Formats: sequence, C-alpha cells, structure tokens
Amino acid sequence: MPNKPAILAEAARLRALFESAGAIPVETGILQPADLLLDLYGEDIRARAFTTSDPLHGEQMLRPDFTVPVVQMHMASGADPARYCYSGEVFRRQEDDPDRAREFIQVGFELFDGANPSAADAEVFALIAQGLADVPLRMATGDIGILIAAIHGLDTTERRRAALLRHLWRPNRFRALLDRFSGKARANPRRAKLLEQKNPFRGAGPEIGLRSRPEVEARLNALRDDAATPPLPAPQVRLLDDLLALSDSAPAARNRLEDLAVDMPAIYGAVETFAARLDALSARGIDIARLEFEGSYGRTTLEYYDGFVFGFYAEGRHDLPPVATGGRYDALARVLGQGRSIPAVGGVIRPDLALLIGGAR
Amino acid sequence: MTLKLGVPSKGRLMDKTFEWFAQFCITLSRTGSEREYSGVVRGIAGVELILLSAGEVPRELAAGRIHMGVTGSDLVREKLPLWHTQTKQLAEMGFGQADLVIAVPDHWVDVDTLEDLDAAAAAFRARHGFRMRIATKYHRLVRIYLRTHGVADYQLVDSQGATEGTVRNGTAEAVADITSTGETLRANHLRMLSDGPVHQSQATLFTSLTAPWDDEALGAKEEIKKRLQLRD
Repeated sequence: MPNKPAILAEAARLRALFESAGAIPVETGILQPADLLLDLYGEDIRARAFTTSDPLHGEQMLRPDFTVPVVQMHMASGADPARYCYSGEVFRRQEDDPDRAREFIQVGFELFDGANPSAADAEVFALIAQGLADVPLRMATGDIGILIAAIHGLDTTERRRAALLRHLWRPNRFRALLDRFSGKARANPRRAKLLEQKNPFRGAGPEIGLRSRPEVEARLNALRDDAATPPLPAPQVRLLDDLLALSDSAPAARNRLEDLAVDMPAIYGAVETFAARLDALSARGIDIARLEFEGSYGRTTLEYYDGFVFGFYAEGRHDLPPVATGGRYDALARVLGQGRSIPAVGGVIRPDLALLIGGAR
Repeated sequence: MTLKLGVPSKGRLMDKTFEWFAQFCITLSRTGSEREYSGVVRGIAGVELILLSAGEVPRELAAGRIHMGVTGSDLVREKLPLWHTQTKQLAEMGFGQADLVIAVPDHWVDVDTLEDLDAAAAAFRARHGFRMRIATKYHRLVRIYLRTHGVADYQLVDSQGATEGTVRNGTAEAVADITSTGETLRANHLRMLSDGPVHQSQATLFTSLTAPWDDEALGAKEEIKKRLQLRD
C-alpha cells in the first residue's frame, strides 16, 4: 500500500478537482447514530460497520460512508440544488478477509439536482473518470431504474410486484420468488393445507407478542389471494431474464435494450433515460464503447441506488475492492428528506487504491 | 512444552468431557477444593489441563494459548469468523447436542418457513414502523443465515438469557436460540420454523492451528490421536 502522506496528497488533489467542479467542501462527524443506519440498511450494516456506544446517546457507528450524513445535512438545509465534496476516513468491519482495510480514505462528490438527471449522472461519472484519468481501470455500469421499471410492468398483482421490488437487492430470494410466481416452483404444500382449514387457528397457542391476531389474519388473506393469482406469463419472465443477463458494451446494450423495450413497453421511459445518459457521457468526452453494461450490476450492494450505478475496477485484480463507485439514490434522499425530496447522484474514489494501481504501471 | 488442553470448568459439560476422555484411558480430574480451578491429567504424558469457561475456549484456541480445547461448535462458529483457519475440528464428542433454531409465536399460523418470516417482517415493519425484532445471543450466525436466505426487515436484539421469554415480555417478536428438546420453546408458546436449524451444535474437540507446536506438544497430540483412533 502507498504511504499515508502520499494518500493524503492524492485525496487533496481529488478534492480540489471536485471543488473546481463547483462543489462545496463539507465535513461530517465520525460517530453517526446507529439507529438511522440500521433502519436504512438493516442488520447487514452491523457486519460492515463498527458499532460503539455511550450511556447517554446509545449506539453509535463509526461512519461507514459519507453519503447518509451528507444527504441528511443537505435535506435539513432545504433541499435546493447543490454540489458537495468531502474527503476523510471511513471505517469498515471485516469478517471474512483479514487483508481488507478497516479504515481508509474516501473522496466523494454528491450532486443534488432534478433538472436533468441524465446530465447529472454524466457529470458525476465524468468527474470521477477525470480524477482517475491516469489509472488504467475497467468501467462497469448498470441501471437499477430499468429493472424497477421492468418489475412495475409485470402483469400480476401489486403485492407480487412489491415483493419482487423489495428483493431486487437479494438475487437468491428474488429468483425464488420469480420461480414461484411463474409457476416454476411449487408453493409449500403445508401452506395449501393451512389455507384449506376452516379455522387455521385451531390448536395454535395463545396470542403473545406485538404481532397481533388481525395481522396474522391479514397475511392469511394475502396468502389466499396469492394462491388464486395466475402465474406470471412465461414470455414476460423470459424478457426479465434476458434483461438481468444482459452484459455488453454500452452501445451494444443500448440496441439490445431498445429491442427489449418493444416487447416490454414499461421500460421504454427508463431506456430513454439510459440512452440520454450515454449521449450526455459522450458529450463529456467519455468513450462509451469502453463502458461495460450489465443488466444485474449493482444488485449486490447495500440497497440504496435506484438508477444509474457504476464502478471502476483494477483489471485482473479480483482481490481488490473497486477503486471508485457511485450511483443515483433518489429514494434515499426522499426517505431522509422527511417530506422534501430532490433527485441525487454521487460517487466516491479511494485514493489509496488509485495510487496502488496507478503507481503499479 | 506440555500440550495445554482446555476443558469446561464446571457442570455437566465438564463431567461429560471427563467421562469421554476416560474411555480412552485419559483421566482428567480437578484438584484441590471445589472452588479451585486447577486440574490434573493421568494416563498420558505431556498434557496439562486448563479449566476455563466453555465460552472462552474459542478465543483461547484462536490466540494459541491452548493447543486443544473442548467446547460447543456453535460457540466456535459464532465467535471466530475465520474459525477454519484458526482451529481444526478433531472429534465430535456425542454429547451437549443443541440446535440453534429460529422460533416464532405458535399463534403465527401463517409463518412456517423463512419465506413466511420474511413476508411477515415486511408487513410488520410497514405496520409498526420498525423492523421485526429477533432476540438472540448468536448475532453473527443468525445474521449470516438470514442474509443467505434473503430475509429482510428484521433486527437482532441482544438477549443473553431467558430468551424464550422475550416475546411474551414484548421485547422481541421472535427468537433465535439453542434448544435440545424444544420443550422450553413449547412451554413459552413458541414454535420453530420448518426449514431446519441454523446450526447443529455438539461438544467438539478442537485443535488450535495457531498454538506453538514444538516437538513435545506434537508428540502429545499424536499420542492423543492414537488413543482416540483418529487419523488426519
């Protein structure tokens, strides 16, 4: 690994680049309230973030990233269009790989502006690419917005669509649901038996705990509705599978997506957004033929990206995490805005990895 | 150096461990008063008995302060993320069997599998405004298990004892706990999910891969393995 002064110098260079692009530098506390992060990310964040506590404020986490506190700060101050940048240490617990860094510096750029999302996506991506211009990296992209649109377009019940959307970030559970909704996998036979019973509560224990009998009954009704729901049409499942399996250069993916949109009219708008983004990237000097597009890209990250997603990777170094990552997170800004909302996109660079790869040439 | 063998310092687990080694003509016993944690090994040369809490055995094995140790496989997996690089399982001892299971109130007739639990958690969060609480002391094992099986919208709340009572007391909606017969769960109107246990545990003899293994310690280990009729 490069030494700390070199990493700090690289971080300062990147932050200056972001400032010259109009970003206001901001700072956030290293200690962040754990309850908010847990509510946003779920229990998995405990595996990734260091948790500590004091008797007065309760559980705190050493910031695992800057995005949440920066978005919070921005939404509290009025949600007007803005650009921010930051540079500082983030902390990650490592349970599996003792060689991965537990603390490292991130330099980031966040853009809040809803006027032209495709142009905003391209601005962030091009700025990150500019910061890494001297480092040979593979550029991977995806678009969670297209997947969300495709699920919205499925010919089934609102409940089934909601279940698929909720598990978009858990590919195994998503696949299991899709198999069941399409009739490929059978439902639990014990469930069918349960639903046939006149009084499913016969012989069951007393009502204890916060989840009440009406809540159990509501779900039984939902299960009855679901049992009577016809399977997803096979052609729609095939199209969704094609979309998830898509992996090509960005221009080729554009052709393929435009083809798919003919049979999946629900993704038409999202594909137009994707195409406008590619044009905006070209206009900013990005060679889009070098961009890879993967239909499933971004599905295994923590769930907050809901549009454009990207990562910069060191070729042949599967042992290393990405040098830079980013994406659009409109829904997160909406959740943290408590009523206010503004579309947002951002990206972060790890200066230590940029130096490691750049210096290794 | 002598081979340091870590063994639970009290209760049934200690008695059973002593009995188990006795079948192989290795006699472990406590010395001094009832309260003094020192012991002695007879019937084999070069082995020193270290009495300690079963919960501390994983840490001591990982740190290499004991060469061998007896504890539940659940504790090793919960406490040592890299257990397979720090320890090696030598023998399952056939006692102390207990399953780590997820259990829900019996009146949740709609919840039979993890898929049901996940759907119930989603509805619960939408209705109550917080994630469904699962009480446990096995945070890591349960979290990895639920992540692997794609369960979302839950949170783990720490419970170091009387976990089965948390649902009735209103501090959790479900539990993840160790059970051998399921009786305590039933008595508290809880029912385990049908997917099977998170982990099946039993008392297990481990060796440390990080301990300083000199010729004397290695010799003692070979002798123990010979007695136990174990091959590598």
